[in-house]
Amino acid sequence: MDVLLLSRIQFALTVGFHYLYPPLSIGLGVLLVIMEGLWLKTRDPVYHQMARFWTKVFALTFAIGVATGIVMEFEFGTNWAAYSRYVGDVFGSALAAEGIFAFFLESGFLALLLFGWDKVGPRMHFFATCMVCLGAHFSAIWIVVANSWMHTPAGFHVVGEGLAARAEITDFWAMVFNPSSVQRLSHVLCGAWQAGASLVVSVGAWYLLKRRHMEFARRSLRAGLVLGLAASLGQLATGHASAVGVARHQPAKLAAFEGLYATTTNAPLNLWGWVDEAGERLRFGVGIPGLLSRMVHGEAGQPVRGLAEFARADRPPVPLTYLSYHGMLGLGMGLLALNGLAAFLEWRGTLVRKRWLLWVLVLGVLGPQLANQLGWLAAEVGRQPWIVHGLLRTSDALSPTVTAPMVVTSLVLFGLVYVLLFAAFVCLLNDKIQHGPDAADLAPAGKHALPDAGRSAG
Amino acid sequence: MDLNTTWFVLIGVLFAGYAMLDGFDLGVGALHLFTDTDDERRIMLNAIGPVWDGNEVWLVTGGGALFAAFPNVYATAFSGFYLAFVLLLVALIFRAVAIEFRSKRPGRRWRQSWDVGFSLGSVLSSLLIGVVLGNLAWGVPVDARGEISGSFLGLLHPYALLLGATTVALFTMHGAIYIQMKTEGDLQRKSRLWTRRAIAGFIVCYAATTVATLVSLPHMTERLRNQPWLFSIAALALLAIANVPREIRRGREFRAFLSSCGAIAGLMGLFALGMYPNLIYSHPFPEHSLNIHNAASSPRTLRIMLVIAATGVPLVVAYTASIYWVFRGKVRLDRTSY
Ligand code: HDD
Ligand code: HEM
Ligand code: HEM
Repeated sequence: MDVLLLSRIQFALTVGFHYLYPPLSIGLGVLLVIMEGLWLKTRDPVYHQMARFWTKVFALTFAIGVATGIVMEFEFGTNWAAYSRYVGDVFGSALAAEGIFAFFLESGFLALLLFGWDKVGPRMHFFATCMVCLGAHFSAIWIVVANSWMHTPAGFHVVGEGLAARAEITDFWAMVFNPSSVQRLSHVLCGAWQAGASLVVSVGAWYLLKRRHMEFARRSLRAGLVLGLAASLGQLATGHASAVGVARHQPAKLAAFEGLYATTTNAPLNLWGWVDEAGERLRFGVGIPGLLSRMVHGEAGQPVRGLAEFARADRPPVPLTYLSYHGMLGLGMGLLALNGLAAFLEWRGTLVRKRWLLWVLVLGVLGPQLANQLGWLAAEVGRQPWIVHGLLRTSDALSPTVTAPMVVTSLVLFGLVYVLLFAAFVCLLNDKIQHGPDAADLAPAGKHALPDAGRSAG
Repeated sequence: MDLNTTWFVLIGVLFAGYAMLDGFDLGVGALHLFTDTDDERRIMLNAIGPVWDGNEVWLVTGGGALFAAFPNVYATAFSGFYLAFVLLLVALIFRAVAIEFRSKRPGRRWRQSWDVGFSLGSVLSSLLIGVVLGNLAWGVPVDARGEISGSFLGLLHPYALLLGATTVALFTMHGAIYIQMKTEGDLQRKSRLWTRRAIAGFIVCYAATTVATLVSLPHMTERLRNQPWLFSIAALALLAIANVPREIRRGREFRAFLSSCGAIAGLMGLFALGMYPNLIYSHPFPEHSLNIHNAASSPRTLRIMLVIAATGVPLVVAYTASIYWVFRGKVRLDRTSY
């Protein structure tokens, strides 16, 4: 295999693995703020117990997020040196800003969140929780801004020629608010909230099925369902906005998303189908006529550009892009329905009796994770053959001195380490869930003790 | 000071900050297996528990800043030292997750495996950091395209290995002093012995490195010879090193720790003075070296980054200091501990 393919596989593996954890940290972060906030407001000990339990789960996901994140940061230099030289001026500043504004904030206040329960007062602790949550969101902001710039570059000019060519910033804010930043960031954040919410819902539903920790389970489930439902609605809106943006700025990608080869008016939105790349058509396509045209242009009569308009060398790999994009859409719709139904039944008070639905919710934790992976796959593969859209090809972005055996070595090494990490993570998460929330946390001690706890006991 | 030099200094400050802070975490890791009871190992882990992650962010931010300010250096060094950096990443991964995972299960085998992962990860990280610094000082074969051509084994020449050993010794000493400062009773008694031995080991390595540098790397000392007032920095570093055993003997661990921070800062300062204005010194073709001008981003980016740094760094310093303040004093195990 050549260095290009190996490096792509390695990047996809490492970033895909990293991206199992940050969404959980971001989503759980929001829920921790909600739970601890409710505890401060109501002083109801169950909320305190929830905050304590989910903090421990948060610590677990956070640790792997940190360990795998460093790989991502170094990998631009190790495997994509030509890319790094080309975009360093633009891309580097977003990465540095991420370190300074996001990672320091997160890791600093994490110490208080995890170890500070007895060392600082409840308000200070709550502040630390908010800061950790904010830090996690900041890191999403900067990395997605940097990545969006690769999809829709703005605020720069190219200096130099040939091998010496590189992009330089001309307008920092135009770079930050490039045409796809806002939609993609909001879409990614909704996906992250869904991931965190579904974990909490899943564990809550499981306890309900096993009739354990009922009060804890019920309230965790509710908090998760509310956030999950809001996020799945948001996902629809932000996903639509992203698609409109893709149609405008990356038409070849949109055509690949939809498996659309010929430029057509009244273009359908496909729900089903299989791409025949050699025959340049979509087989077994089932779609809603005109909807794609309508979504992109607001009216069905307008044409949507098909892949035939692009030279073969400028087309992304269609089947993979098509499948991952439609996988995401299907999961998105399914999750919306699931969250909506569960939330409705819980509101009616009958969810606990619907055991089959509780089982679906237990497994539902996989949905957002899968959709997140598929979403990135669609967005990144759909951008091919460009690494920076319209400017730099992925094949020109490699490190000239890195050879295939070197990449094989690192790929095998990372592969083994990640399998080990994943196994250990699953074991520990399972331990935590089996062990359940600590009964001791129902009676907050130390600086978190209830002001009237002594009186009521005496 | 022009913009490019400012960024040279700022990146130096970030990496020196990393060495001073994460240096003691890595040192604690190197000593971890010398304790034998479970409680002692837990105390060691909890001594660095609240801070190690924040300390590691200095490396992450240093890397980001290097990417933004000197993208050519970032690209050349990281791809040129490919396998060394991959190993460093794997070592840092084990170090990080072992801290979090180790005490989460009671099993002996489980705990022992992560203990080994933690310790080896820490030692290997320190060693590789030293080896990379050693290669940068010695010079690497940069070709006309600005790429490093050479193999991984080529990085392991005697001078680089010597600097690797010196880094391990330095961090071990730093970590031993930190443990001595944060613990009491039996463990503290043990850490006194470690500190004494680590100081001795470091001083031997340091002397050897100094002699080797003076003898075989004239370019690293050229600036000092031309501007003799810079010898004051070398003298300060030496004083800081000499002060470490003195404070330890008097039982003033905190001051010993500050001295050892000073020693790290001084040594990083000397390294930077030797390198300046180069970031990657090319040997045998000095004209291919990557320096603060031919490897830098545009002045506009450097200025934007300066604004980012000026807003961010005071905040970072403020809350880092508060965290260290909240977690001051001796470590005690409680229900939130690892
Ligand atoms: C949507 C969010 C998101 C995305 C797309 C990424 N990350 Fe990430 N990253 C996070 C959200 C995050 C986080 C939630 O903020 C983490 C997880 C745990 C943590 O400490 O921060 C994190 C950790 C983390 C760390 C460790 C920070 C530390 O030591 O504290 C690094 C160096 C990176 N990331 C770098 C990257 C790079 C180079 C990415 C792109 C290729 C990337 N991340 C994608
Ligand atoms: C159901 C409605 C959804 C629509 C219409 C939609 C639409 C889109 C579109 C058009 C993109 C490509 C953006 C680009 O390439 O610039 C995208 C990317 C993405 N999607 Fe979705 N999506 C939906 C649901 C989901 C769900 C449920 C998740 C996860 C829980 C998700 C996660 C992602 C991620 C992580 C990306 C990559 C980041 C990005 O490019 O924004 N999406 N989505
Ligand atoms: C932040 C800046 C990012 C950069 C510079 C970047 C760059 C790249 C590069 C160099 C590749 C390999 C080339 C290729 O597609 O074949 C790639 C592929 C990929 N990236 Fe990104 N990426 C970034 C962010 C992300 C993030 C945050 C994710 C989400 C997890 C992601 C998901 C993927 C996936 C799944 C692939 C595989 C595509 C493939 O194999 O073809 N990317 N990206």
